[in-house]
Amino acid sequence: MSDPHLGFIIAAYAVAAVTIGAMIGWVVLDSRRLNAELARATRALSGARGRKGAEHP
Amino acid sequence: MVNLANPTAFLDLAHRVLPWLAAATIALFVAGLWLAFAAPPDYQQGETVKIMYLHVPAAWMATFVYAVMTAAALGTLVWRHPLADAAQKAAAPLGAGFTFICLATGSLWGKPMWGTYWVWDARLTSVLVLFILYLGIIALWRAIDDPGRAAKAAAILTLVGAVDLPIIKFSVDWWNTLHQPASVFRLGGPTIAPELLAPLIVMSLAFTCLFLTLHLMAIRNEILRRRIARVTMLAAVEGDRLAPELAAGGAR
Repeated sequence: MSDPHLGFIIAAYAVAAVTIGAMIGWVVLDSRRLNAELARATRALSGARGRKGAEHP
Repeated sequence: MVNLANPTAFLDLAHRVLPWLAAATIALFVAGLWLAFAAPPDYQQGETVKIMYLHVPAAWMATFVYAVMTAAALGTLVWRHPLADAAQKAAAPLGAGFTFICLATGSLWGKPMWGTYWVWDARLTSVLVLFILYLGIIALWRAIDDPGRAAKAAAILTLVGAVDLPIIKFSVDWWNTLHQPASVFRLGGPTIAPELLAPLIVMSLAFTCLFLTLHLMAIRNEILRRRIARVTMLAAVEGDRLAPELAAGGAR
């Protein structure tokens, strides 16, 4: 493909790729972080309930 | 019929649908890009027409996502659907992303074709307003701590901003604009040659599948965020109940 405006075409595809990559990255990284946080919160809740159970068997 | 108001049922549906949607997105992008680069150059734009295969689907998605958010805003305010505000919150950054692609690729097409990156023409300006609306809605969600109040405020702003959608669509008819009028969705059928229309349609389907995939994942993230808040609160309540007993035990 030889075109005098090739630079504009490449720049447009690069901008789209970076933006789509950022959108995918935002959703995927957020999902990983939230799953780890939920596991930590669930452990904390189980720990609190476990301590309560040990206090009042 | 799956009860989508139930977050657990929604998560189950998302778990089953997401792999298929992601696969369809990848397949459509591969096919769309192959068709786009195999398509002949336009008789006026030359190879620069290849930017249209990104710009036009992104523009359609920019307005489609806002329409989804408008429906979700109605779901929040009128029908009080429990997942409507999650759907609205999850869609805003995606809509902003598609609008940014639309503006950036349009600008990169405008320089070689119009001789300028930007003009304050009605179509371009109304799309810029849409981008600012998306940023405003994202900022509003972050600015208000109470999720219920944030949802209502964001829903109201979304509904007010929906007036921009018909302005974007009909701006090229209502005003003299440098931006060309509709050439695909118009009375009398598309004016684009079939060889150029095919990659445009496939790329549009790819963008639509990408949005559906990311939107489902982002709604799932919102449900997780709420579960974390609930579990953290329960853990704190259990800890508070236990604290006096532990203190009393320590004093013994």
